[in-house]
Amino acid sequence: MLSLTSVRVTYGHAVAVDDVSLELAEGQVLAVLGPSGCGKSTLLRAVAGLERLSAGTVSYDGSDLAGVPTHKRGFALMFQDGQLFGHRSVGDNVAYPLRIRRRSRTEIAQRVEELLELVGLAGFAERVPATLSGGERQRVALARALAVEPRLLLLDEPLSALDKSLRERLALDLREILTRAGTTALLVTHDHEEAFAVADRMALMRAGQLVQDGALVDVWEHPVDAEAAKFLGYPTVLSGDAARVVLRAAGIDSAGQVAMRRSALQVREDGPLTGAVLSSRVTPDAVRLEVDVPGVGVVAAVTSDGVGAPSPGADVHLGVDRDRLAVVPDAGSSPRFP
Amino acid sequence: MKRLLTLLGLAFLPVLVLGVFFVLPVSGMLGEGLWSSGRFAPGAAWEVLQRPRVLRVLWFTVWVASAATAVTLLLGIPTAYALHRLRIPGRGALRAAFLVPFVLPTIVVGIAFEQLVRSPALEPLGLDGSPVTIIAAMVFFNLAVVVRTVGSAWEALDPRPGEAAAALGASPWQVFTTATLPALRGSIVSAASVVFLFCSTAFGVVLVLGGLRYATVETEIYLLTTNLYDLPGAAALCILQLVVVTVLLALAHRTRSAPAPVARRRVAPTRVTAYDVPALLLAALGLLLVAVPIGTLVAGALRVDGSWSLANFRALDTVGTDSLVDVSVTQALLNSLRTAVDATWISLLIGGLVAVIVTRRSHSPAEHRLRGLLDGFFMLPLGVSAVTLGFGFMITLDHPPVDLRDSPMLVPMAQALVAMPLVVRTLVPVLAGIDDRQRQAAYSLGASPLRALVTVDLAVVWKPLLAAAGFAFAISLGEFGATSFLARIDHPTLPVLIYRLLGSPGQHNYGMALAASVVLALATAAVMFLVERLRVPGVGGF
Repeated sequence: MLSLTSVRVTYGHAVAVDDVSLELAEGQVLAVLGPSGCGKSTLLRAVAGLERLSAGTVSYDGSDLAGVPTHKRGFALMFQDGQLFGHRSVGDNVAYPLRIRRRSRTEIAQRVEELLELVGLAGFAERVPATLSGGERQRVALARALAVEPRLLLLDEPLSALDKSLRERLALDLREILTRAGTTALLVTHDHEEAFAVADRMALMRAGQLVQDGALVDVWEHPVDAEAAKFLGYPTVLSGDAARVVLRAAGIDSAGQVAMRRSALQVREDGPLTGAVLSSRVTPDAVRLEVDVPGVGVVAAVTSDGVGAPSPGADVHLGVDRDRLAVVPDAGSSPRFP
Repeated sequence: MKRLLTLLGLAFLPVLVLGVFFVLPVSGMLGEGLWSSGRFAPGAAWEVLQRPRVLRVLWFTVWVASAATAVTLLLGIPTAYALHRLRIPGRGALRAAFLVPFVLPTIVVGIAFEQLVRSPALEPLGLDGSPVTIIAAMVFFNLAVVVRTVGSAWEALDPRPGEAAAALGASPWQVFTTATLPALRGSIVSAASVVFLFCSTAFGVVLVLGGLRYATVETEIYLLTTNLYDLPGAAALCILQLVVVTVLLALAHRTRSAPAPVARRRVAPTRVTAYDVPALLLAALGLLLVAVPIGTLVAGALRVDGSWSLANFRALDTVGTDSLVDVSVTQALLNSLRTAVDATWISLLIGGLVAVIVTRRSHSPAEHRLRGLLDGFFMLPLGVSAVTLGFGFMITLDHPPVDLRDSPMLVPMAQALVAMPLVVRTLVPVLAGIDDRQRQAAYSLGASPLRALVTVDLAVVWKPLLAAAGFAFAISLGEFGATSFLARIDHPTLPVLIYRLLGSPGQHNYGMALAASVVLALATAAVMFLVERLRVPGVGGF
């Protein structure tokens, strides 16, 4: 088990990571989610032993790693852009950590084949990294990182360099590969979709500090504050009177702000809210509307199945889907770890 | 058509100068070596190359240069690492210290090492006049090349592949051999080829330390010419040198033109850890090799008859105790400075024109072809060593059609040709880096071509131009290879005078030579210090 206690990393006077404590049980995948520059990559490098802690400890299975250099930690680090060795073939790249550990030639050959198979690149061993696509390169990097079954896999934005559709596909593959291999992994990313697709647990980081930490569902359903909600992928966060109106309509007896997904408000004949349609746009999934609801303001809404697209200017009734919103504690009253 | 004429107009002066001061001497040299009494007889040159002594000289040149290159790499690579990648107190000063030897005149380096191996501490080792001393001096001289070339590549090296390797379990040594070294290979090979070139064409150092016993091809040319008056023999060796240097340069150029794709970025130096100790030890050894000879030279100059004294320096404005050296050191220094001023403006004028010509874009196929031809022609002087050039000057420019035997411009001209490739190499990247559309923008705003040159080119180029001037000046001050053939007996430059002082018996002359070396070293170091202050990227990047 990886434990971080009050970890602090500074560059000169700038504090990159401030008082971060985390635990990661064996076999779990934890995503540290945060905007760029929040210190998440620094945190990852500190775990890898590439940055020096100015305070706190990083320990694994109870033993402090303070004096242990990177190459003796038994972790593997996968970079955003893979960092394959350009002068070695795909097979040689994957074999690299095995060669370093002086495994036998036959074992290496067998393991390389196995790993390339695992990441879906069987038969690529002789290729040169430069001839691979971005997604293939990341797969090779993953195979290389997994080669010696590291006790902890560190992933630094492993999919960010890829385009969207590839990212979605590879995220699912990554999840499957990690769970099949039973790998303990720490992933940092700024992309909440990547985090949701790959991780079991999530930690939100902001300005060097951890603001929320928990199981995926818990974090998603109970964002710690409005900013966290926005970063988790809720496009709208309402507060004050507007939030009260929406919560009452949803039948939730709770005060606070409300974070809504785009589909939280749906056009329904019996909906408790009424508003004037400002615009409507047809997308493959649904008809997206902008509706001006008195007492709430301009909000996004969708039509439910079977309801035609209302034209701008028309009045519509809106129902609130409770599963598509989250109650967020008011600023100032939020406990740090709910 | 107008562009073509402009190009020809610009090229006229450089072509004329190179024609008279390069093509003529070299063809004269070829004539001396390959023709005998009006008939083409290459057999004679071939026979020269088969003389036992010449074969010995060839072998000596190759093995000494190889050994010196190997040792330079062995010390230089760890030093480059320590000074460019580690957080060491006083890094800046240490880097500057490693650069000092490179700007010292070769003759000074030779004397410093001679003084060192004759010192009481090293005397019993019997290194005086041994190849070990020659190799050590070559390493001393070339460490800067490796530290600078490899160091700047290392500094800009993306640390992430190394980190990835470390995170995969590679030890620091394994990280070095599997991730770092392959990424640095380009710069190391390039540095090694330059060092080998410098070592195999070293002249002043070998002449001072090797005496008559150990000669490289360069010094053998000098000895054959000045001591034995065997001009056909010297010419044969010159031809060999011409071929070898051209091949080496072509190889060096090829390795340079295919550098490893390195992401340019600033990387903060890292803390020193226990793993860095071997590198630091080798770097310390390198520092010792640099510091000790300079220290001994200065100490030697300040000692007379076993006690500290400034007598050697006070004697600088007197003449030596020998008829060979009836010129005072101050007089020779004045000669050197005057010569350097002339050599500098000539090399800047010609080199600047060449740089402008080769970097402008061609607009028509005819212009493109012409520019290509000129480009190739201007590269030619790179292929001759200073000694070959001096020899060529000596045998061709002393009789019609071009009789410059007594012209005061002969030495500056030769030195300008020696310095010119460096001027061109400093200016070309800068000029080539200017987007042609900048000039077009200036034209479209109503600027004349001359005005555009001032607003666009000159604004960017003045610093590199100044740096190139400083370089040319320093090279000229220390130039010994070509000058040793050409300097008039009553009008020596400082390096030539120092060599003569060394050859004259007497403690007084030797002390004066040491003091004069210190003066010369200070003069070149001062110029190089100013150049360094300009902080022109790439200058001295060989």
